[in-house]
Amino acid sequence: MPNNASNIQSKQGGYSRKALDYFKNPKHAGEMKNPDATGKVGNPTCGDVMHIFIKVKDNKITDIKFKTFGCVAAISSSEALCVLAKGKTLEQAEKISNQDILEHLGWLPPVKIHCSVLGAEGLKDAIKDFREKHKKA
Amino acid sequence: MKTIYLDNGATTMADPKVIEAMKPYFDDKFGNASSTHHKGQEAKMALEEARETIAKSIGARYDEIIFTSGGTESNNFAVKGIAFANKSKGNHIITTKIEHDCILNACKWLETQGFKVTYLDVDKEGFVDPKQVEKAITKQTILVSVIHGNNEIGTIQDIRAIGEVCRKKEIIFHTDACQSYTKTLLDVKKQSLDLVTINSHKIHGPKGVGALYVRKGTKITPLNHGGGHEFALRSGTENVSGIVGFAKAVKIAGSSHIKQMTKMRDYLFENVLKIPDTAVNGSTGDRRLCNNANFSFKYVEGESIGAYLDAKGICSSTGSACSSHTLEPSHVLMALGMDAEDAHGSLRLSISRFTTKEEIDKLIEVLPGIISKLRKMSPLAKSDTKDSADSGGW
Repeated sequence: MPNNASNIQSKQGGYSRKALDYFKNPKHAGEMKNPDATGKVGNPTCGDVMHIFIKVKDNKITDIKFKTFGCVAAISSSEALCVLAKGKTLEQAEKISNQDILEHLGWLPPVKIHCSVLGAEGLKDAIKDFREKHKKA
Repeated sequence: MKTIYLDNGATTMADPKVIEAMKPYFDDKFGNASSTHHKGQEAKMALEEARETIAKSIGARYDEIIFTSGGTESNNFAVKGIAFANKSKGNHIITTKIEHDCILNACKWLETQGFKVTYLDVDKEGFVDPKQVEKAITKQTILVSVIHGNNEIGTIQDIRAIGEVCRKKEIIFHTDACQSYTKTLLDVKKQSLDLVTINSHKIHGPKGVGALYVRKGTKITPLNHGGGHEFALRSGTENVSGIVGFAKAVKIAGSSHIKQMTKMRDYLFENVLKIPDTAVNGSTGDRRLCNNANFSFKYVEGESIGAYLDAKGICSSTGSACSSHTLEPSHVLMALGMDAEDAHGSLRLSISRFTTKEEIDKLIEVLPGIISKLRKMSPLAKSDTKDSADSGGW
């Protein structure tokens, strides 16, 4: 797509090609059996609920999945988060910000920025859950 | 990929015969209908013929039809025009919670100008109780405005009963008939209407044209002041080609189309409702627009459904917050008393007389898989939710 067209699209509230591709073919959507930790953010009244499941080995995220109720932005942000987080150490992963998710997707329509925030928070919540479980163990 | 257009509540394709009828008015017959020379009179003839056609279609006189730029302008003109012309009589307006945004926002603006507005509730299918209208009328009431066919849920109000109440109480009655015009009975005498908004692009005419029926003797202040066009109620050079196209669209529309669309709509209902955990928003049967269907699918979000449908070439719309600029779910769905979660999962499919059974079949083929796929992704769905189809093809 020419730059001009994508500029117009981002200003008008359309989605980037990457966001649409992630939305249509998410590789990380679905259940995870026996996750090491789970992050839960959002609420159905607001229209977005995100659950992030992680498996952790040697302080690294070896597997990550999501289940998301929400729009194209929420689902593509979830997928982008998973792509960014996989293989990272917990310290690296918890630094993933909504800005990283936005940059990875190209852009999100301005009113949908909160979906990328939800993605970053979902992972932080999962890491928090992991550390709490780990402490007790 | 072939487009399957199931968003005719948003706009419709112009009928090729409409476009043909409009063409001469761009070049050969380009005159200004206010000019007294032959070029002007040629345009004037076409304009007045169109006015006659449209007046006749709703049982009105030709000089009661005021052409405008569309539904939003007609609705603003009706509400603000009546408010300003009648403020010596009172400052109270009655409307409903399920109006189009242009009525609601015109009313909200009038509230900043000293007017008081009552927004009536509707029942769970979206019907306004005419008795509630009567109860809400006070000595200060100057206008009642109730949408005829709802744009989201297709509910057709009993405007005849509401019209009788208003006539008895001598209150001006306006109805927004943008969605219902040519799709169900609209008769200004039988239904005791004082003002009616109609428009062209919902009925296979061009965009940018509409009209307001203003009953003879109704006191109304114009929005546009200028050269005194449209019986001095709406100044501005008339959009002759658009108006000619509008009238052509009205002429083409017929009751056989209503039957055809009703049949297609019911076929759509029957099949989409086979998807588990699916509900109809609005009413079923006679008191629903023949081209409107609206569903809520549990556990999934409407913009996502629409985006997957779009990827298959199918155009639809949703009342989900996620598709609005404000991130609020549809005020119409919320007025039905729905949970926000169910409103988020809504999908509107609106057909036209051009919609074919093959197109509906294609929708029915892909929709169950889309819902199933999104439910598998959704943390709200019970993991044992059974679906009639797998997510094949995705």
